[in-house]
Amino acid sequence: MFLAIRELNFARLRFALMGAVIALIAVLMVMLSGLSVGLVRDGVSGLQNLPVTSFAFAQDVQRDSAFSRSVVDMTAVDEWADQPGVADATPFGNTLVNTRTDRGTEVDLALFGVQPDSFLSPPVSQGDRLGTEDGIVVSPTALDAGLQMGDVVTIDRLGTRLRVVGVTEQQDTFGHVDVAYVPLAAWQAIKSGTAPGTALPQRAATEITAVAVRAADGKSVDLAAGDTAAGTESLTLKESYGASPGYTAETTTLQLIQGFLYAISALVAGAFFAVWAIQRKPEVAVLRALGASTGWVLRDALTQAFVLLAAAVAIGVGVGLALGALITGSGIPFALSMPSISAAGVGLVVLGLVGAGAAVIRITSVDPATALGGNR
Amino acid sequence: MSSRPAPTASTTTADDASDRLGLVMRGVSLRHGNAAETVQALDNVDLTVRPGELAAVVGPSGAGKSSLLAVAGGLARPDQGTVTVAGQDMTVPSRRTRTELRRQHVGFVFQSGNLLPALTAADQVRLPLRLGSRSQRSGRDPLELLADVGMADKSDRRPHQLSGGERQRVGIARALVTEPSVLLVDEPTAALDRARSHEIVRLLAHEARQRSVAVVMVTHDHDVLQYCDTVYEMVDGKLATSS
Ligand SMILES: Nc1ncnc2c1ncn2[C@@H]1O[C@H](COP(=O)(O)OP(=O)(O)OP(=O)(O)O)[C@@H](O)[C@H]1O
Ligand SMILES: [Mg+2]
Repeated sequence: MFLAIRELNFARLRFALMGAVIALIAVLMVMLSGLSVGLVRDGVSGLQNLPVTSFAFAQDVQRDSAFSRSVVDMTAVDEWADQPGVADATPFGNTLVNTRTDRGTEVDLALFGVQPDSFLSPPVSQGDRLGTEDGIVVSPTALDAGLQMGDVVTIDRLGTRLRVVGVTEQQDTFGHVDVAYVPLAAWQAIKSGTAPGTALPQRAATEITAVAVRAADGKSVDLAAGDTAAGTESLTLKESYGASPGYTAETTTLQLIQGFLYAISALVAGAFFAVWAIQRKPEVAVLRALGASTGWVLRDALTQAFVLLAAAVAIGVGVGLALGALITGSGIPFALSMPSISAAGVGLVVLGLVGAGAAVIRITSVDPATALGGNR
Repeated sequence: MSSRPAPTASTTTADDASDRLGLVMRGVSLRHGNAAETVQALDNVDLTVRPGELAAVVGPSGAGKSSLLAVAGGLARPDQGTVTVAGQDMTVPSRRTRTELRRQHVGFVFQSGNLLPALTAADQVRLPLRLGSRSQRSGRDPLELLADVGMADKSDRRPHQLSGGERQRVGIARALVTEPSVLLVDEPTAALDRARSHEIVRLLAHEARQRSVAVVMVTHDHDVLQYCDTVYEMVDGKLATSS
C-alpha cells in the first residue's frame, strides 16, 4: 500500500487515462445489463409471471418456436393432472394477433388462452378477472400502448371483438408484445379462424397449444414419464423462454457482447500493467535490493491495480446508473437490475485483476543485481 | 545508540568477535555467463571489513567491483566461498532468506541514488522500514536521519526536484535507516562534481564511524580515497590491497 498509493498519486494522469477506459467499459456494461434485463423482461415476462413449473408441448415440436407451432389435444391435460407430484394441469393457448380499437388505435396482442376458473387466470390490479365470454385482461403496458379499460378491440381480418375488462398486476409481455389473457373458448375460435357467429369446429374445441403444469409444493415431477403417458414433450418454464420469439437470438447476442467486454477489460488492464511493469523494472530491482520480497512487490502492484480498477468501475457504474435512469421508461426495453450490475462490476474488477496479475507477475523475475550501477 | 562495539579500524590485531559483526568474504568466486562464454567476475576474493571501517574498492571497468557488492549483499550467490554479514551466511540458496537478511543487515547506496520517482525524500527513507512485517519496523527516525545528512529542509521533495548530490544524501539516509551492519556503496560520486564528491564521501566516513557500520565503497574517484581506512584494488576479478 505504501508505495502503491504514492505511485497512483504521482502518476495521476497516466492512471486516470487508464481508469477512464475501464470506467467507460463499466458504463457500457451497465447499459448492456440494463438492455438485456429489459429485453428479457420484454420477451418473456408474461411467462415469468405464470405460476407454472413446466409446459407440455406437442411431441417433436421445434423447440425455438414451440409456442407458435405446438398443437396438443385436450386429453393430455387430464393425463398430466394424474401424474405424481403434479398439483394442477390446465390448458394453455397462445397466438399473436393484430387488433384495432374503435378509436382506430392499432394494438398487437399476445393472446394467452386460459380457462377462467383455472390457476392460470391472472389476478388484476384494476377491473375484473376473466369471466365473460369476450372479456380480456391485458398487461398494464398495453395501456401505455393506447388501450383503455372498457375498450373493445377488433381482431384484424377475423372481426372477432373482445372487451378489455381488467389489467394484470405487472408487466406481462411475450416476444415484445403485450399479453392479453382471453377465455380458452374464445382463444380456440380465434386460433382456428372461426368468424364470430359461426359454430366452433369439433376439432378446434379440443386443441390447445400446451398443457400448463404446476408441481405440488416441494415436489418434483418426472417430466419424461409424464411425456410418455401423455404423448407430449415437456419444457420447464425456464426452457420455454427459449421458445418465445427472438428470445434466444437476443440473449446470446447480448451475452456475446458482454463476454467481449470482459475480455477487453482484462486485455486493456493487462496491456496497461504490462507496459507499467516493464517501465518499473529498474525500480523493482532497487526495491528488491533494499530487501523487498517478491511477495511484497507483487502485493503492492496488485493493490495498485485493484484500487485503480475498483475506483474506475465504481465511477463507471455510477455514470451508467445515472444514464440508465434517464433511459428507463423512455420506451426502450431497459431495466436496471442491481444484482446483475453488481455481478458485472465485480466481474470487471476480477478480470481486470487477472489481466494485471498476468502482466505484473513478470516483475518477480527482475534480477535485483541490476540495481547496481555497473550492470545497467 | 548502537549496541555494536566501538570502531575497530585502529585495532592492529585481528579481532574475531568484531570481524564477524562486519563483512567477511573468504575464497569467493563468481562466474557470469553460459557454457559457451564465461566471465570470471570474482576470482578467489578474500575481504574483511570491520564495523566502523570504510573500505574503498577501485579498479578498471569490468573488473568485478559491482559483482563483489552483489555477492556481499546476497543479490547474487557465489560459485565458491563464504560470505557473512553480522555473522549471518549470505550465500544460503533460499532467495527469500537472503532477501530477509539483506533487509535486516545490509544497506545499499547506488550510483545516482536510484531513488523511486514517486516518493518524497522523507518517504524514500521511510520505505525500507515498510518492507518487512509490522513487527520488524524498528529503525532510526527517518526525519532525524534526513537532518543528519543535511536534507531536513527538503524532506518533501521528489527526486526530480533534487540535485545529484542531494539525491545521493537521501540514498545514504535510506540505506542507513534500518541500522544495517554493512553498507555497500556503488560509485556514489559518479554523477557529482569534485566538491559534492568530497562531501558525500565525508558523510559516508562520518556515518560509518558514528554508527559502527562496515562500509564497502566502489569508486573510480581516486580523489576521495583520503577519507577511506583501507583501499583495495580489483583487476580481473582478483582483489588486492592497494599500495
Ligand atoms: N549478468 C551478467 N551476465 C554476464 N556477465 C556479467 C553480468 N554481470 C556482469 N558481468 C560481467 O562480469 C564482469 C564484472 O562485471 P562488474 O559489473 O562486476 O564490473 P565492474 O567492476 O562493476 O565494472 P564498472 O566499473 O564498469 O561498473 C564484466 O566482465 C561483466 O561484463
Ligand atoms: Mg560496476
